[in-house]
Amino acid sequence: MNTTTTQQKAALRDVHKDASMRKQKAMMGAHYDRLTAAPQTGEKVCSTFVPGNLNELIDCFGLVNNLPEVNAIQNGLRRISGQYVLEAEKIGHSEDVCTYVKSDIGMMAKGNIAPNGRPFPKPDVLLLSYTGCFTFMKWFELLREQYRCETIMLHTPYLGDGTVTPNMIQYMVRQLRDEVIPKLERVSGVKFDIDRLRERLARSAQAEDDLVYVLRSARNRPSPIDAYFGGIYYIGPIFGAFRGSEDALEYYRFLRAEVDERIAAGTGPVTPEGDMGAEKYRLVVEGPPNYTNFRQFWKMFYDEGAVVVASSYTKVGGVYDLGFRHDPRKPLETLAEYCLGVYTNRSLPMRIDMLSRYLEEYQADGLLINSIKSCNSFSAGQLLMMREIERRTGKPGAFIESDLVDPRYFSAANIKNRLESYFQMIEQRRSGAAHAA
Amino acid sequence: MGASLSMSDVATIIARATALFEDLDFSAAREWKSARPERKVIGYMPIYVPRELIHAAGMLPLGILGGGDQLEVIHGDAYYQSYICRIPRSTIDLAVSGRLDFVDGMLFPSICDVIRNLSGMWKVMYPQVYSRYFDVPQNYCDAIGGNYYVNELAELREALGHLRGAPITDEELRGSIAAYNDNRRLVRQLYEYRRAKPWQAPATEVYLLTRAGLVLPVEQHSQLIRDYLSAAAAAERPRLDNCRIVLTGAFCEQPPLNLIKSLELAGCYVVDDDLLLVTRWLSEDVPTEGDALQNLAHAFLHHSESTAARYEPDASEKGQHLVRAVRRAKAEGVIFACPSFCDPALLDRPMLQRVLREAGIPYVAFKYSENFGQMQPIREQAGTFADSIKLWSAQ
Ligand code: SF4
Ligand code: SF4
Repeated sequence: MNTTTTQQKAALRDVHKDASMRKQKAMMGAHYDRLTAAPQTGEKVCSTFVPGNLNELIDCFGLVNNLPEVNAIQNGLRRISGQYVLEAEKIGHSEDVCTYVKSDIGMMAKGNIAPNGRPFPKPDVLLLSYTGCFTFMKWFELLREQYRCETIMLHTPYLGDGTVTPNMIQYMVRQLRDEVIPKLERVSGVKFDIDRLRERLARSAQAEDDLVYVLRSARNRPSPIDAYFGGIYYIGPIFGAFRGSEDALEYYRFLRAEVDERIAAGTGPVTPEGDMGAEKYRLVVEGPPNYTNFRQFWKMFYDEGAVVVASSYTKVGGVYDLGFRHDPRKPLETLAEYCLGVYTNRSLPMRIDMLSRYLEEYQADGLLINSIKSCNSFSAGQLLMMREIERRTGKPGAFIESDLVDPRYFSAANIKNRLESYFQMIEQRRSGAAHAA
Repeated sequence: MGASLSMSDVATIIARATALFEDLDFSAAREWKSARPERKVIGYMPIYVPRELIHAAGMLPLGILGGGDQLEVIHGDAYYQSYICRIPRSTIDLAVSGRLDFVDGMLFPSICDVIRNLSGMWKVMYPQVYSRYFDVPQNYCDAIGGNYYVNELAELREALGHLRGAPITDEELRGSIAAYNDNRRLVRQLYEYRRAKPWQAPATEVYLLTRAGLVLPVEQHSQLIRDYLSAAAAAERPRLDNCRIVLTGAFCEQPPLNLIKSLELAGCYVVDDDLLLVTRWLSEDVPTEGDALQNLAHAFLHHSESTAARYEPDASEKGQHLVRAVRRAKAEGVIFACPSFCDPALLDRPMLQRVLREAGIPYVAFKYSENFGQMQPIREQAGTFADSIKLWSAQ
């Protein structure tokens, strides 16, 4: 009987694993097909950013959401972002600036081809959700120059003092009510219906519950997930064009069930090479990953038995694990609160608090910072963050450097060396602690 | 001074401005502060803060612009990766080395993510010092961005009042608005004077004079400009066959003084620039009657300088401020001098260049850092640019 149960469980696990992955793949494929078919179907397209992505609102107007950061990531994973970055530099963009922007501009210059091989449509509206990154403003000014379409600024004030004030909420709600919504109505030709928005927000909140459950599962030992490399897949639907949709609900239901299976079976995360071996190190990671060498980068961790139990990058499109949920009872305020709370819109002290808390709550061995060369929003201040977090938690930090989508700044040997010495340091601390005890 | 004005008066004024510029210990501000026990100093970084509020609290607004090329950065590099611009690291260095130990508060304006994050670093490193990230609206509708900004100003007003132990009165605010109106008028006059006679007011002098306004009390600075304008007018200087250029991109991290000098030596008269924008950010007088905060907000929304840190809602207006600056100054070209790793300046640059191309205005571009010492290439580049402009206009 035992054998049968184990086999059944294994089969179930595979079904669930496949179910969530298959589901996401199908969602992404369908989305890119819908997007690239827009010129034929007549659907209108809204480009916007991941942090401050108002997908529920966009969907209320029947607009198709296009996220240039996600396109840059896709190009990074498919190893074509490098040539796009070079192309952008060739046409006058500085080597010093954010490579997401250059990947996007270069892609446009080279025919603007989506992952499905068809050209991206021209957006009908650029929703400049200016949240947590200065570059967003310049990026969409650059796109506006190319597309000459309606551009809507939604300014999210920065949480410099660590709190959301009534003035901030009021400012954002007014922008939404008096500028964003009327303009989206005009572009789409669809009248705003607050109940439609409420329905979508309610679905978002449900999916967010499941996502938080999945992220928190990393408190288990071994952790059933990798909250950085794996986490990037888990946040895909909710940070992308699916928050508030039935599809996202289903995806997170599958994912949650899969994680439950892994917890019950006591297995660690799935990696591209199958189940990870024994969990040796538990890390918290700050900063985005490198996408051009994503697999190679990840392998450096799982080969050593290192699992990421919490990360800040999986909070850029929304911080849900500290309690926030989209609230259909106050639709516009909740969108404002969402934008205000995304990770990159949080002050440095807030980021330090959050990461320190993760180190404790997830019983991590230390903090690793992957500093992104071309991302000031994340990178400026990270050295101080590391020292401060080390001081507070007594846990060691390590610092590596790479870039999101520019392969020129991924030095595998350097990173590997750093990681190896870091793991050794953790070992030494452990044996030091064991001797002291 | 009157009839006896001469080159030596200009030299004296510029010597004073130079001494202020070179003094990385901020002795003038320290002296100002120590003259009265209740005095306080509030530091601020580029690009714009409403200095009127600080002044109204009886405090000295002190512009902090990094360490320039005189400061040997010892501690700052431990705080920043090599791919972050210089100004935050040398600013941290000023602080860690004790040069800012007399500063009672710091304002970090909304200009970019580096300064934004520096505001948080300050809170971690100097929790006992009042510091604030000073956000400004990117929505320019009075009922939306205006309202938000009035409330932000009110928060700042309250915090500064709290810091000095007594609220800032309307009367005080109106007085400060008048003082800064006067100062901005004078800075504009200085810029107009240079536009008309750039050989009489070299770019280095205009820079040093304007920069003095970031450390001196506003009334003293206004007097300094008045004195300079009279002295400069009284001392005829040779007019060279230089071309006229507008300098842009240098609105945050400061170019070394030698870089500005090099442009002139290379045959360029700088007839407008975007250096030290805080001194002329508001392009019209702020009314001294009525609600002071509403007036400041209205001026900010509707009469601010255009720059990379500010969203341009009207696509057709993008970059036109630069074309207007060129036309107004009868300039023949634009020099983009941007700090290395400066996202705002460098991301804006291709858009501005497109506008210039469409307007038929030639330009050249290079990068610098505040401690940059290799002037030869800059001189060559600027020299070639100046020559090509002359050739172009001769044809
Ligand atoms: S957050 Fe970083 S990577 Fe993303 S757009 Fe901003 S600068 Fe670029
Ligand atoms: S130089 Fe540019 S990037 Fe650096 S702090 Fe100033 S505005 Fe920001």
